[in-house]
Order: sequence, then C-alpha cells, then structure tokens
Amino acid sequence: MSEWWTYRLDDFLLFSPRTYWRLFAAQNTALWPLQLATTAAGLAVVLAILRPSRRAALWPGLVFGLVMAAVWAFTAWSFLLQRYAPINWAVAYAVPAFFLEAGLLLLAGLVSGGTVFRRADAVGGAGLALAVAGLLLYPALPLVSGRPLASAEVFGLAPDPTAIVTAGLLLVARGRWLAVLLPIPLLWCLLSGLTLLTMGDGQAWLPLASAALVAALAVTRLVPRTAGR
Amino acid sequence: MITRRRLMGTAAFAAAMAALPPARGLAQTATPLTRTIPSSGEPIPAVGLGTWITFNVGDDPELRAECADVMAAFFAAGGRMIDSSPMYGSSQAVVGQGLERLGRPDALFSAEKVWTSSAADGPAQIEQTRRRWGVERFDLVQVHNLLGWEAHLATLLEMKAQGQLRYVGITTSEGRRHDLFEEVMRRQPLDFVQLSYNPLDREAERRLLPLAAERGIAVIVNRPFRQGALTRRLDGAPLPGWAGELGATSWAQVILKFILAHPAVTVAIPATTRVDHVRENLAAAGGVLPDAALRERIAAHIGAL
Repeated sequence: MSEWWTYRLDDFLLFSPRTYWRLFAAQNTALWPLQLATTAAGLAVVLAILRPSRRAALWPGLVFGLVMAAVWAFTAWSFLLQRYAPINWAVAYAVPAFFLEAGLLLLAGLVSGGTVFRRADAVGGAGLALAVAGLLLYPALPLVSGRPLASAEVFGLAPDPTAIVTAGLLLVARGRWLAVLLPIPLLWCLLSGLTLLTMGDGQAWLPLASAALVAALAVTRLVPRTAGR
Repeated sequence: MITRRRLMGTAAFAAAMAALPPARGLAQTATPLTRTIPSSGEPIPAVGLGTWITFNVGDDPELRAECADVMAAFFAAGGRMIDSSPMYGSSQAVVGQGLERLGRPDALFSAEKVWTSSAADGPAQIEQTRRRWGVERFDLVQVHNLLGWEAHLATLLEMKAQGQLRYVGITTSEGRRHDLFEEVMRRQPLDFVQLSYNPLDREAERRLLPLAAERGIAVIVNRPFRQGALTRRLDGAPLPGWAGELGATSWAQVILKFILAHPAVTVAIPATTRVDHVRENLAAAGGVLPDAALRERIAAHIGAL
C-alpha cells in the first residue's frame, strides 16, 4: 500500500471487539474440554522445570520443547488459521511464524543444550511467575472485564496466553537458543497488544507489559554472557 | 425557530443546486431520497450500506444472520447500494451469503473495489470478489484508495467497455491523497468517486465535491459517522430544536441530512450491525434537508460538543 505514513493504527482494525471476542467463545465451545488438557500440560512443564531431575537433566527441556511445539502448532492451525485469519488478513502472515516457532521449540527440546533448565534465579523466578499467571489468571480475565466467561483465552488454544507462558518459561532456560526462541512470542505480544489497544480494550497492557518485562529480563540474562566472551 | 422557507434554501444554496444537472436535485419528500448518477441518468437511493468492520464477522453464524437481517431491512426500506472491498476481511462472503438468503434482490446495486498493488492480480481479484458476492457482474468497481490506480483503471474501463461492469470509480478515505485524487478526477472518465465527508471532516468541500459536480461524477460518502466515533461522541447530547424541524430524531440522522444536503453528494454509505439503525439511516434520506446556513450551524454545533 502506498503512503503508509498516512495510515493510523485504527485504519487496520478490520473487525469489531464483539466479533473478536466471539472468536474465543467459538474456539472454546468447539474444543471443550481440551482447555483442561492444555492447562494441565502447561502446569506439568512448570513442575518439570521446578523439580529438575539430577539423573535426567535434559528431561525438562524435552518436555518443554514437546509441549510448547504442540501448543504453538495447534494454536496456529485451530485459532489463527481457522478463526482469526478470516477477519484479519494480516494474521495469515503470523501463521507461518507460529509454525516456525513450533519447529524451533521442538528442535531446541531435542538437541543437546538447546533449552536447559536449572534452578531458577531471580530472572527465572519472574519468568515462572509470569508463566503461571498466563496459565491460571489469563483465562479468568473475563471475570474482571465483564465479558462472557466463554470468551476466556486459554493457554494452548489462544495465542496471547500461549505466547506469554512460553516467553515466561524461556526466562528460566539457559542455552544457546534463547535469542532464537524469544522474538516470535514477544513480537506476537506486541502485535496483539497493539490490536487490543486499537480496540480500546484495557487488556492491551497485559501482552504489552509481558513482552516488555520479558525483553528487559532477557537482556539482563543475555548481555553479560555476550560481554564476557 | 426555523421556517419551512428557510429550510428550502438560501440564495447561495439554491445557486449551488441550480448548477447541477436537473435530475440531480434534492427530492424533498421522497422516501427514501433518490439521486441521479450523472454519467447515466440512473436514479439511486441516496443512502447505501457500508460493510467496513460491521460485516467482517468471519464464520460466526449468529453474526452472519444479523448481517443478513440488516440487509433485509435495508432492501425493505428501499435501499440499493451495498459497498465492500477485498480489504474488509470476510465482509464480501458475508454479503454474498446475505444476498443468497434474501433471494438475490433485483434492487441490489453492487459496489466493490479492487485492492492490490499488482496490476496483473487485479482481474483475478475482481473475479474472486464476484464469486463471493454471487453476482453476474458488479454495477460499480472502484480502485481502493488509489492503490495501483493507473493499471487498475485501465482494467476497469476495459471491463466497462466489454459490459462486464457498469460504472468505474476511485476511492479515498479520511482525506488521504486528495491532490492525486483531484488529478485523477480531472483526467479520467470516472462515473463515481468515494471519499470521507461529515460535519467535522469537510476537506472535500474545498475542491473535490465542486469538481465532482463540475465533471458530472457521482459521489459516494464513506465513514459518515467516523466509524461510529462521531455518534458515540454525540450520544447523550440533546438534539437542538432545529433537528425536529428537519424531522431528525437522532444525531445519526442529523449527520446524514447534513451530508446529503450537499448538492454534489449522491450516496452516503453508513455501516451498521443493527436493523433499527439501518431503518433510521434510510429514514434520514426522507423529508426535509437543511439549507446552507443550517448546515453551517450543524457543523458548528457538532464541532463544539
């Protein structure tokens, strides 16, 4: 499109808030009770990270890689492609990014030293807290906002909590892949936050603040390591 | 207190009216108000139906049914022009489904757009759009926001010559690229232009609307309510006494009457998801329209709120 600078963010908002939130209600209705399974899988990853086995140090990384790859791919196919893309053509460009993230997460979980989870430090603790909030508190947001509970965004079925939980858990991880695995979840949080902001929804600040927090903490983790080389 | 005489026109307003082709004059009592497409002489109801945001409801069956209800009410109230674009997500498919449900009303005046930077992709996009609507041909196809306008206009004019569409147009919104828009209006054989115009966004009054009248180009007004922001802003504000004199019972009707009272405007295309609103919008195109002086008062009053 020519003269991009003449467009405002709300020129690209193609749908109403009502239509948007009903996407999640339709997703939840169609897939119930899968929400329980995806949330349990997310909590299992958290537990595996919290109680790493000395005998199988790579186990949490493998569980993390398998579960996260599955939920990223499933969210891309079931929500982005099937429900969101029909009302927002820009989302079609996000679908390959979600599948790429799924592939990267799987690869990082399978290769030695991809994502290694040790005892969480302060940064990792903040990441874990963010992940647990994404798993348990994010679906409860309709209770605060006044939306129908059926429109809850659940980890593994909705992109925002999936990205936030993934980003939070990556803060606990050590390994060479952090800089590769973080950009897509953070970019999604930024994109979704801006969309919600354009919709005039106060919830916009949750993905935006999550992305900012994770980015800032990731920098503190990555920069000293780079500087020390 | 406003008198009927004053409503019917000041000298300046009457002069503006007189400058237009005779059939283009305002029908003060018809319901709904009908205007004439200058290039053909075809009459067209002055209130159409936009689909930006409101019809982009994806595969949601409940919302699709609501859109079909809006279309049914629109046709029942005498409406004809429905406008959409490939940019509007699922809106085209929703319009198509609604038309099918309504038995493909003969009254339909289909207005679409081509929206791609690739000249080569234009015909394929128009054909895909046509299949989504389920129509034999479009009445009007416009170059959306002047994107790739030179190549697309050549395509559209050729299609018109071949009888594959009836009218050709260009669009802009929210005051974008008015200089280029004006240049294209001057040089190309356009039937329609589409632009944003309302009591607060009056840039088009300076050059584009007079030029459209001069060149005999029909004008479609988009975003009359600033995507609902204007009516939300006015929500709760009491209607002044002159609104009653105009027969307006809502701010939406006041705004539409302001727009339609400009002699160069052919059709305004408000978008809505509500049946009562579509009826209200079409009702605005009946009865009395404000004269030039009252239009200034309307703009000043709304601007001050």
